[in-house]
Amino acid sequence: MDTKELIINSVQEKFSKAVEEISDFRNDLSITIAKDKLLDATKFLKEDSNLQFVMCKDVTAIDWATRKNRFTTVYHIYSFKLNFTLRLKVNIEENPPVVESVVSVWASAEWYERETFDMYGIEFLNHPDLRRMYMPEGFEYHPLRKDFPLLGIPGSMPLPEKME
Amino acid sequence: MQKTSNVYSDEKLYKKLLEDKNITIEDALENEMVINMGPQHPATHGVLRLVLRLDGETIVKAIPELGYLHRGYEKMAENMSFVEFIPHTDRLDYTATMCNNVAYVLAVEKLAGIEAPKRAQYIRMIMAELSRIAGHLIAIGTFAMDVGAITMVMWTFRERERIQEIFDRVAGARFTTSYTRIGGVASDVDDEAFKMIKNFLDTFEPALKEMDDLMLHNRIFIERLEGIGILTKEDAIALGVTGPNLRATGVEYDVRRANPYLFYNEMDFKIPIYTEGDCLARYFLRGDEVRESVKILYQCLDKLPQGEVMANDPKKVLPHKTEIYSRMEELIHDFMIINKGINPPVGDSYFSVENPKGELGFYIVSNGEGQPWKMKIRSPSFCNLQTLPLVCKGQMISDVIAIIGSLDPVMGEADK
Amino acid sequence: MGLEAKLTKDGFITTTIDAVIAWARKNSVYPMPMGISCCAIEMIAATDPKYDIARFGSEVMRFTPRQCDLMIVAGTVTYKMAQVVRRIYDQMPEPKWVIAMGACTSSGGMYRSYNVVQGIDQFLPVDVYTAGCPPRPDNLLNALMTIQAKIGKTKARDFQDKPMVDLELARN
Repeated sequence: MDTKELIINSVQEKFSKAVEEISDFRNDLSITIAKDKLLDATKFLKEDSNLQFVMCKDVTAIDWATRKNRFTTVYHIYSFKLNFTLRLKVNIEENPPVVESVVSVWASAEWYERETFDMYGIEFLNHPDLRRMYMPEGFEYHPLRKDFPLLGIPGSMPLPEKME
Repeated sequence: MQKTSNVYSDEKLYKKLLEDKNITIEDALENEMVINMGPQHPATHGVLRLVLRLDGETIVKAIPELGYLHRGYEKMAENMSFVEFIPHTDRLDYTATMCNNVAYVLAVEKLAGIEAPKRAQYIRMIMAELSRIAGHLIAIGTFAMDVGAITMVMWTFRERERIQEIFDRVAGARFTTSYTRIGGVASDVDDEAFKMIKNFLDTFEPALKEMDDLMLHNRIFIERLEGIGILTKEDAIALGVTGPNLRATGVEYDVRRANPYLFYNEMDFKIPIYTEGDCLARYFLRGDEVRESVKILYQCLDKLPQGEVMANDPKKVLPHKTEIYSRMEELIHDFMIINKGINPPVGDSYFSVENPKGELGFYIVSNGEGQPWKMKIRSPSFCNLQTLPLVCKGQMISDVIAIIGSLDPVMGEADK
Repeated sequence: MGLEAKLTKDGFITTTIDAVIAWARKNSVYPMPMGISCCAIEMIAATDPKYDIARFGSEVMRFTPRQCDLMIVAGTVTYKMAQVVRRIYDQMPEPKWVIAMGACTSSGGMYRSYNVVQGIDQFLPVDVYTAGCPPRPDNLLNALMTIQAKIGKTKARDFQDKPMVDLELARN
């Protein structure tokens, strides 16, 4: 309980207007931040001497399909000093889905953001190398969006011909 | 024909590869080559494609390309219930299959608020540690085979066959078991299986010693691997590396100690740490971890309690088969759980365990229905592979094989 | 053994060239392991001391397609990987056979998703399908024995005039 209060107080002290929501479900703390303050908040979380969130474990996104802000990017960051995993969320609207990249803060976010771009089509500004991760380069769709069917779109990836 | 070249082109990858043109070449002849260590290669531990830019034999830039085994797990998880996804988790890290099963059901149990009984937790711990030994044996064996010592893979697989006989006895399948269930394990372990486990543990130590005598003081092996592929502490933390690769750089982070799950906080085991961060340190670390797992297994076998193996929560946990066929309420519950799914409350949760390759995490978002709204699998091999461009730079091309073998990626989970 | 008994009795054996060639081919099948995912571990397990595949003549698993005659496709084939598998298949010299190991290669397996090819027979001619997820090593040895029985019935002139595949065309 002490750790969570420390984190909530430090974040609210510096970014009181940008914090949109704080939730504590199943013992996981998650903070929703406004989009324009993301880079400042992440720099603060990494460099503050009491917090020191030095490792970014994961970056992903959620597609809410019918909400006004269609996407939410989710960051899981870990601090060795506090031994705590924090979840940061940022709400993004659909047209166009852009958000700042956190590669300048945590180097591990490079591949995670590429994977999120590949699967959801969210564009990360100032990313050094925004290519597709899993799907081939010329693939035109984004598979994990809710409007992409599970079985795929026939003809989107050609097969070699059976020569017999 | 045009369509193929548009979809499968590599233009952006080559542009990134040939980006910095400021290498100095003394000779008038160009020594620069672009080599493709393709998805089909005996030593890339699965389908990993590496595009290398070489200056003679030294690597200037290495870009890995994934996606050759992308099976669409996260999309499939959104379309099937929590119970139906358990066989899919087997195929994530397919060298240590039980560990993934345990990780997934623990994540779902955290979200749904179910607690498995004590005997089930101990059985899960025993299976997870046996799987950890099996996974590390493959890693050690194939790594030694890649650098030339082909005997090791035969010896480690011989030991692994005995673990698979135990799994066969306990779960019915030797490899992809799907043994755990939400709320417990599928069936109890009988005494014959415990005798087999005890027998295996007693005869495993001399086999390990035999393998050590072969490799650990072998001058060719040590000189081949010492100082190759050094990963520093700061780089490892910045790049999100976890597992044996992180512990070989000197950081003492093990999820079993940092955030204990099952009953690891009652077990007495050390966490081996090395500080050099090279291929040899990672190899020794895996051998040490196998010994610690044997210690944990002896303690689990001593402390194993009697009791049930499935939790008693009728709306969320599948009832026993004999009761389904004879009683009405159990039949209704079984029907509802299989068709509608367990309905966890609205919200999201993240849970991670210590897999042999690193930290495997499941981030599940639920909107109250029987199928998850989103499932993200934080796979350790994906995060560990991110260090390849940094670690390979400046090494010789034959060291790339040793580096990949020591980082030990499994493409089934790196590509999801 | 039958051969030595016959030779010491008369000093001659009479047979057809086809039978001798088929016998030589089927007892020295060198597999090309296209190990893609989980089935690859069971394929390596088929080479370990318990389920020795070397006693069937498959002494080495050559990882280069130019030196093999049997391709064991072990693991889920995705659309991206299908191009690679096809290219490797075209590089193998005739005569060649294919074992589709496991459920994923036979019919897509448990993966009914956007990126998995539902059965490799959509782009490769398959000789033997093996069931299992993954198939036990005994099952793979059974598949190998079925291939050996199939090879035993071939005649040498079946493979005489097959042209070498031009790779540029095959890559389409």
